[in-house]
Amino acid sequence: MNWLTNFIRPRINSIVPSKEVPDNLWQKCPSCEGMLFHRDLEESSKVCYHCGHHLRITVKERLSIMFDDGQYETVELPKVAHDPLKFKDRKKYADRLKESQAKTGLKDAMTIAKGTIGGQKAVIAAFNFSFMGGSMGMAVGESIVKAAEIAVKEKAALITIPSSGGARMQEGMLSLVQMPRSIIAVEMVKDAGLPYIVLLTDPTTGGVSASFAMVGDIHLAEPGSTIGFAGRRVIEETVRETLPDDFQTAEYLLDHGIVDMVVQRGDLRDTIGRILNLLMSTEKKSKKAA
Amino acid sequence: MSQLDFEKPILELEGKIAELRNVSGENGVHIAEEISRMEEKSSRLLKQAYGKLTPAQKVQVARHQNRPHCSDYIKALIQDFTPLAGDRNFAEDHALIAGLGRFGGQSCIIMGHEKGSDTESRIKHNFGMVRPEGYRKAQRLMKMATQFQIPVITFIDTAGAYPGKGAEERGQSEAIAKSIESCLRTEVPIISIVIGEGGSGGAIAIAVADKIYMLEHSIYSVISPEGCASILWRSGEQAKEAANALKLTAQDLYSMKLIDGIINEPLGGAHRHKEETIKNVKDTIDGALQDLLPWDAKSLIRTRREKFLAFGRNL
Repeated sequence: MNWLTNFIRPRINSIVPSKEVPDNLWQKCPSCEGMLFHRDLEESSKVCYHCGHHLRITVKERLSIMFDDGQYETVELPKVAHDPLKFKDRKKYADRLKESQAKTGLKDAMTIAKGTIGGQKAVIAAFNFSFMGGSMGMAVGESIVKAAEIAVKEKAALITIPSSGGARMQEGMLSLVQMPRSIIAVEMVKDAGLPYIVLLTDPTTGGVSASFAMVGDIHLAEPGSTIGFAGRRVIEETVRETLPDDFQTAEYLLDHGIVDMVVQRGDLRDTIGRILNLLMSTEKKSKKAA
Repeated sequence: MSQLDFEKPILELEGKIAELRNVSGENGVHIAEEISRMEEKSSRLLKQAYGKLTPAQKVQVARHQNRPHCSDYIKALIQDFTPLAGDRNFAEDHALIAGLGRFGGQSCIIMGHEKGSDTESRIKHNFGMVRPEGYRKAQRLMKMATQFQIPVITFIDTAGAYPGKGAEERGQSEAIAKSIESCLRTEVPIISIVIGEGGSGGAIAIAVADKIYMLEHSIYSVISPEGCASILWRSGEQAKEAANALKLTAQDLYSMKLIDGIINEPLGGAHRHKEETIKNVKDTIDGALQDLLPWDAKSLIRTRREKFLAFGRNL
């Protein structure tokens, strides 16, 4: 094997120019293991065309399928104190941050964007799972506050799209207080009479699910997403019983009354557009509001 | 659990003193001298140990089973206590005890995590780990506090919200989130005291308050040091390092301006001096109520929001 990989393959690679054969043309569906061709997968918005499994997508891809005509404007993230705890485990948090920033080209685990959906103004605060597991620290919390302020100012709906393991423990209590802070952001939007929609995607757990993600006027979820408070393993160790296969899935939460709808990725724009039009169109206002 | 490893020499000495006291009736003066000598030594050791508790030691002290619990504070500080039960929907959760009562002359809603004090009561109170019903009871009583315009006092002491199958099925996340929302919407003053362990979302669910205090050796953290160590160090054995890194002590959180004050514990900790500790908590609540009363609902809610929005912005 060594001889093949160390000697023969480099020789072949040097003869055949590698850019003509990118090695990511095909990928396996993590659910059904069916082979997926990259161009077809892009066309289906990263939904497996064999079994319907929703693969994780980047925030850029997500925003372009959510906003009308794929058009939106991103907003710069607010500045926050970096690493106030000087946290260090096996690695310095400051270094982890820098690595994630270099890897993703993002400042933190959040993107704020504004545009229209179904013709209605909307601000989206979307989590980047690839940035430290989408964990919520000060930058993410402050971004939710900023997204809410923009929504209020521009009379737009607020949509959050969590994809996060929970709080960013490297920021200690400063990350825990993002739970109430993010809910205050939502309160500002609700006070202004604007809709607040949560699109729960894979995964939404811990301090993120137990805060702004569960106080939406409407909760949508992508098929198969893991959504819950405690991790499956922790629960299994606590209750010492095996949990059903679909435990903490979007469908399970729909059955238990925690989400309103499980929506296919391809239907998201239409569904959200329809909801926003029903909630925001002017003729529905009661006499009192007028 | 009832013995802290760093307290061992002190506990041995305290044991000997108690023994000597028992026999002192027979031998009079000589033993009395010996006892006072040993007592001096014991208080010197206590001063040494408690003068510089490490964060990991504070975690141990904060979890000490002889610390006064929520029910002890209610018994000592609340007159006419009238327990209230249930979320009106599914169940009564004994991990979060609550009721009406009088603090000084003032009618209040009192609620808090209760860990229990012996095996039987610990099981009854689920070791202070609240299920969704507990948080929904909290929401119900916050609304009631607004309805009748009576302040809320909460006592925080939990390892965290309960991680169970039923808890997930009944929306643990939603219950915690809505409990935070209820705190934010409550149109009366809320005072929270962390009396032992402030464990993550399960703690902050009822601690979004106008005034937040912590006992000197209590802790408040986004995750337990053990949990943090097993994730970031891939081994629970690094819990001491994690306790250091998380900045979870009352002193750390006060310096980060996340709490309003630290309540002194007598030398040797609350588990040695229940009455004095409870008295100190009483004085603190007294002062906080004086600060907050009378109130204007709108400005109270605005100020509470501003307080939380300011967290971390001034670092």
